[in-house]
Amino acid sequence: MEKKTKEEYVHPLLEVKDLSVSFRMYDTGLEQYDLKVISNLNIDVKQGEIVAVAGSSGSGKSLLAHAVMGLLPENAATTGEMYYKGMPLIQKEKEQLRGKEIALVPQSVAYLDPSMRVGTQVLGEKPDQRKRKEQKEVFSRLHLEEHVERLYPFQLSGGMARRVLVSTALISGADLIIADEPTPGLDLEMAVEALTCFREMADEGKAVILITHDIDLAFHVADRVAVFYAGTTVEIAPSKDFREGPEALRHPYSKALWRALPQNGFVPIPGFQPYAKALPKGCLFAPRCPNRTEECEKPIPMQELRGGTVRCIHAT
Amino acid sequence: MNSKRIVKSTGRYAIRFVTLLIAISIISFILVSLSPVDPVQQYVGAVPNVSEEQREKIAEYWGLNDPPAERFAIWAKSLLHGDFGTSLIYRRPVLDIIGEKFAASLALMLTAWVFSGILGFTIGCIMGVYNGKWPDRILKKVCLTMCAIPTFWIGIVFLMVFSVKLGWFPMGMSVPKGVPADQVTLLQRIHHLVLPALTLSFLSFANVALHTREKLVDVLESDYVLFAKASGESRFSIWKRHGLRNILLPAVTMQFGSFSELFGGSVLAETVFSYPGLGAAASAAGMGSDIPLLLGITLFSAVFVFVGNMLANIIYGIADPQIREGYEHEE
Repeated sequence: MEKKTKEEYVHPLLEVKDLSVSFRMYDTGLEQYDLKVISNLNIDVKQGEIVAVAGSSGSGKSLLAHAVMGLLPENAATTGEMYYKGMPLIQKEKEQLRGKEIALVPQSVAYLDPSMRVGTQVLGEKPDQRKRKEQKEVFSRLHLEEHVERLYPFQLSGGMARRVLVSTALISGADLIIADEPTPGLDLEMAVEALTCFREMADEGKAVILITHDIDLAFHVADRVAVFYAGTTVEIAPSKDFREGPEALRHPYSKALWRALPQNGFVPIPGFQPYAKALPKGCLFAPRCPNRTEECEKPIPMQELRGGTVRCIHAT
Repeated sequence: MNSKRIVKSTGRYAIRFVTLLIAISIISFILVSLSPVDPVQQYVGAVPNVSEEQREKIAEYWGLNDPPAERFAIWAKSLLHGDFGTSLIYRRPVLDIIGEKFAASLALMLTAWVFSGILGFTIGCIMGVYNGKWPDRILKKVCLTMCAIPTFWIGIVFLMVFSVKLGWFPMGMSVPKGVPADQVTLLQRIHHLVLPALTLSFLSFANVALHTREKLVDVLESDYVLFAKASGESRFSIWKRHGLRNILLPAVTMQFGSFSELFGGSVLAETVFSYPGLGAAASAAGMGSDIPLLLGITLFSAVFVFVGNMLANIIYGIADPQIREGYEHEE
């Protein structure tokens, strides 16, 4: 792997600015409405870095992955800007880049074609000599025996399936890897193994977006953590702030999330994440926030604070 | 290891086959015994001056006064010896008739079967790929309409349009009239085959198409197709690599499983077109109370359908990796 200059690390490989995604839905009869599932989301990832995306179900984590790769269904409309290597990323580009420069690591064996041998699948539609060689190397690096190539997905064990999915990203040679919940259902040892794999990729100069529920593990492997709430980013902070605790964090939701972890007291907060059809005005977390004021009903921008960014006007 | 499996499944099929035939022969024998058909009357037919005593003698000779179980035993015994009796309307052994008529039907059914399979699969693929868009919506309406139309009605419409009005195809039969059998050309046979085969295939292509569509839509909405897209595969490649691979097998096996509809449909189609095949013979036997022929055809059709289903199962076992390699792992 060639050494990157300092300059290249500074510019984000992927930058998402003010991304909003809404779905055109049909109400009773012929009435249509737009369901805004992601609103004003910001995130960026640099080469050599892992950005973990944390947040509860329905906070728009997977949709972000689909939006970046141009995999959203036809009834979805997006606004905002995306840049890949400094160039605007539009649907046509996404379709050209995906699989080559941007790779997805899906979450389960269900993402493999049940009737196709694993080897044929990871090689993709146009396998050439280079790819075949690459595939052999990657498989042995991931401790996948040679005969695994000839197996069907249903014959893989959980851990093997995980490594096969990771191998697709490695074989593709992509610079940006988006891993969509790569750890659920794995025991601790295997989850750590999977995450170590992503760490290695990042150390080789790739950029990794790690969408995960296992925030605890994410704090240890990622460089930065982005906290999602109701389809927006509420805080992006260095992982060490999450390891330190609520005092180092900025947004009241991040603090609440930290306290809700089993080892940190398991403390829940009242209320629930708002449904996309009934989003509150201004700050999306305001209805559950102990510090809310009237100011919170206005649009809240992301602001820089202590080496991270936060979407809260009261954050200190 | 593998041969053990083959022996095992062959044995299972053999047992099923035998029990099926026993059950069918018992049930059809009971039904025929209960029917109001008087075999003696059928036998003497329109011959005048058959006295009551002579009828009594025929009945006695045939064992019609014996208890049903005994009669069944006698019938079953002759079946086992390959004697299916003599057809009353054709005055020839039942097995000869079945063999001859089935050969004629086979061309018809095979053509219809292949045609409906290919047409249905193609239309199904188009509908699935264009899911929800106008080609899908139009073709779906066509298919649903086709499903609702009875075969014999389609047959009559085809006759009226293509034979009577346009004169493109003959009115019926499998060969032209007044031509010696050995001088009938292949082209003439095909010419006679087209309309009945079309009618018969219209019975099932819509089913195949709708089924294929459903399967393809499922596949295209699956997680693995999403991942294929994410890996940069093109639309066509996705259809070819993942779509076709996952829908072809169910479609083929369904087609083999449709032998019963094919046979049922051939009875109607052949009757409408006076096509001298097994289907027409079945309805003639029914109308003419030709019990030996009717029972023979019943048993034969059971064998026919059984073979279709068995082929479907075997193909699945060979072609589906989950079943094929699943077995290997077990042993």
